[in-house]
Amino acid sequence: MAIKTNKAVKISQKHLLGIQDLSISDVNFILSEAKQFIKLNRSENKKLNVLSGKTQINLFFEPSTRTQSSFELAGKRLGADVMSMNIVNSAIKKGETLIDTAMTLNAMHPNLIVVRHQDSGACNLLSQKVNCAVINAGDGRREHPTQALLDALTIIEKKEKIEGLRIAICGDILHSRVARSNIYLLNMLGAEVNIVAPTNLMPKNLEKFGVNKFSDMKKGLKDCDIVMMLRLQNERMNSSFLASNREYYEYYGLTPDKLDHAKKDALIMHPGPMNRGIEIDTNLADDINKSVIQEQVELGVAVRMACLKIFCN
Amino acid sequence: MKKKYFLNANILDPANSIEENGGLIINEDGNIEAIGKKVNENNIPSREKYIDLKGKYIFPGLVDMRVFVGEPGYEYKENFRTLSNAALSGGVTSAVTMPNTNPIIDNVSMVDFLKRRGRDKSKINIYPTASLTKNLEGSNMTEFGLLQKKGIIGFTDGIKTVQNTRVMSRIMNSAYDLGALVIQHAEDYYLAENGMMNDGVISTKLGLQGISDVAEKIIIERDLTLLDEFKCRYHISQISSSKSVKLIEEKKNFLNFSCGVSINNLSLNENDIGDFRTFLKLSPPLRTEEDRISLVEGLNKNIIDVIVSDHKPEDEEQKRLTFSKAATGSSGIETLLALSLELFHNGSVKLNTIIKALTSSPAKILKINKGNLKIGNDADFCIVDLNKPWIVKNNNLVSKSKNTSIENKKLQGKVTNTFVKGEELYKL
Repeated sequence: MAIKTNKAVKISQKHLLGIQDLSISDVNFILSEAKQFIKLNRSENKKLNVLSGKTQINLFFEPSTRTQSSFELAGKRLGADVMSMNIVNSAIKKGETLIDTAMTLNAMHPNLIVVRHQDSGACNLLSQKVNCAVINAGDGRREHPTQALLDALTIIEKKEKIEGLRIAICGDILHSRVARSNIYLLNMLGAEVNIVAPTNLMPKNLEKFGVNKFSDMKKGLKDCDIVMMLRLQNERMNSSFLASNREYYEYYGLTPDKLDHAKKDALIMHPGPMNRGIEIDTNLADDINKSVIQEQVELGVAVRMACLKIFCN
Repeated sequence: MKKKYFLNANILDPANSIEENGGLIINEDGNIEAIGKKVNENNIPSREKYIDLKGKYIFPGLVDMRVFVGEPGYEYKENFRTLSNAALSGGVTSAVTMPNTNPIIDNVSMVDFLKRRGRDKSKINIYPTASLTKNLEGSNMTEFGLLQKKGIIGFTDGIKTVQNTRVMSRIMNSAYDLGALVIQHAEDYYLAENGMMNDGVISTKLGLQGISDVAEKIIIERDLTLLDEFKCRYHISQISSSKSVKLIEEKKNFLNFSCGVSINNLSLNENDIGDFRTFLKLSPPLRTEEDRISLVEGLNKNIIDVIVSDHKPEDEEQKRLTFSKAATGSSGIETLLALSLELFHNGSVKLNTIIKALTSSPAKILKINKGNLKIGNDADFCIVDLNKPWIVKNNNLVSKSKNTSIENKKLQGKVTNTFVKGEELYKL
C-alpha cells in the first residue's frame, strides 16, 4: 500500500526525548503519519521499505516486553535492520558507563537508537554523545513520549478528538513517566486533565503543570470521558507509600462503582502491564465496551513506526 | 624576608572595623607592622620601594570553613598542593578540611599524617576537622579531647549527619566538657533518601527524586532543642532554605550557635540545573529563588554567620553520568570571593558583610587568630581588583578537578595577589 509523506512538514527536534520538547505541529505531524500505519498494520502484507538500509538499535536497560517488541516490530515493518541489545550480557554489566556505551554504538553508524533507561535524563545525556537520532522509550520517571502519543492516538480513534475531553489519570503518579508525558501532551491538545493519587504518590507542585489534583477517586472521576489507570509497582508497599494492596484497591482501584462517577461512555485505558485486582477490577479490564487496552497496544506499533520514520530522516 | 610596603589601598578589615584608604607595612618576620590611613609615603624610608595599589582592595586572607581535600585516598581529585594553589588564586589563606577521606580522619594517627602532609605540601594554613563519629557511622563518638590536642579544629561528619538523637546528645555533652566545636551537616536521611535535588516543580518536571526542605529543618530543630539542654559550641555547616533561616532567626534570640551557607546556595537556584547539569548536583541542594533571596536576607541580618565554598573536587568520570549516578558537589574555593562579590555588585549585600562572613566570622567560630589584619599578626591577606571582569572557564581552574558550578559565568572582581605570612604566594 502507498504511504504518503507530507514533504512540507518537518519535525522541530532531532531527537524524541520527551513531549516537553515538541510543538503542537510536531505532535499533529506524528499522529497523522501514525494514522496511515494503522491500516497497513491490519492488512495482510505489512512490510514497507521506507527504512531499508537503515540501522535501528534498541538499547533497553530496563526490562520491557511491550515497548521493546513494539519498537522492534515497528522497525522491521518499515524495513530497517533492527538490533536489540541484550543488556544482561553486555559490557554495561562489566561497569561500562552510559557514555562509553553510546560512543561504542555510535561507531557502528546506526540511524536510530531507541533507549529505555532507569535514570531520568539518561536519553538526554546519550543524545549529546551520538550522531544519530535518539528515541526515548522511557527514562526513569521523566518521560515516555511514544506511550503518550499512542494514548492520544487511541483517544482520537475512539472519541474523534481530544480537545474539550475530561481525562483522569489515576495511580502512582510520582514514579510514572507515562503520567508526565500524558500530562504535557493532553494539556497541549486541549483536554482537561484530572490527576488522582494518594498524596504519598503525588509529585510536588503538580498543580503548576495545569492539572486538577484529587486524592478522592470518585471526585476525580466525575464526568470524565477517559479514565487512564497506571500500574502500581509492588515495591511501593515496602517503603510505606501505601499500607496494602487491599486498601489501595478499595480506595484507588478502578471498580464499577467508582467508574459510575465518570461519563456513561467513558473509556478505560492502561499502559500495561496490569495488576488485576490491585489498580483495576479484572472484569472492567476485559470489558470490550469500555476498555481500550488492546487498542493501545495495537496503535503503539503505528505510533512507533511514525516516530522511527520521522526521526530517521 | 625584606620589609614590604603598600600604599593607596582600600583596606577592609571587619574584625578591627577598618574601612579606609591607606597603606600596609609588613615586617621582616612576615607580620603586620602598620596598617591604615596613617601609613603613607612619609612612613617609608626614602631608599625603600613601595607598591602603589592605586585603589585596589586589601582584604584579610579568607577563611573557608568547608573544604574537601582528596588526601588521603582521593589524591587524583585534589591533594594539598593543588588545593593550596587553587585557594591562593581565590584569596583563601586558611582552609578547614573535611574528614571524608579514605581512610576517614577519625583517630589520632590519621591526624599526624594529615598535619605532616598539610605542612609539607600546602602553602596555606590547613585546619583539619575530624569526624564526629567513628567511620562516619553515626554511632560512636571519636576522641574529641585527644584529637583536639593533636590539632583538630572541630568535629563534623562532613557530608553525613548524625541521625541518632541519643548519640547526638552525648556528643554535645562531651563537646561541652572538652570545649570542642561540633559542626553539623543538617539532613534527615529518611526524608532525603535517594534525593538528588530540591523537591519542587523542577524535580517533578525532570523526574528526579526530591529532597524536601523539611529534611534540613527537622535536624536543625532537633539539634537546637538538644543544644538548649547541652550547651556546647555548635555550628550548622550550611543551610539552604527560607524555612531554616526563619527557624534560626527565632532560635538565635536565646541560644548561642552559628551557621553557614554555601556560596552556591547564595548565588544559584534550582532552575540553574537546566537540562540535567550534574555539576549542580549539590548537598544541600539548590532550592527556589525565594529560598535564595531569604538566604541573602539572612546574611544581611546576621542570621547567617559564614559563607563557605563547599569546595568538593570531583573528577570528570564522577560527573559524566546520569544525574542520579553522578557525584555530589562542586569545585569552588578559587571562585568563592569573586562569586560572593556578585552579591555586592548587584546591591544585595554590603561589602563589609560579605568580607566579614568570609574572614573574621569563621575565625571567631573556630577560635583562631586569622581573618583579620591586626598589627603583629601574620600578614595573611589578598589584594583584589574589585571591578576586574572575568569569565569562569573550567580549563582555567587551578584546582585539580574542574567541576565548577558556574562554568562560563561572568564575574566582576579578581584576586591579583595573595600573601601568607607576608610572602607573596600568588600573583595574577
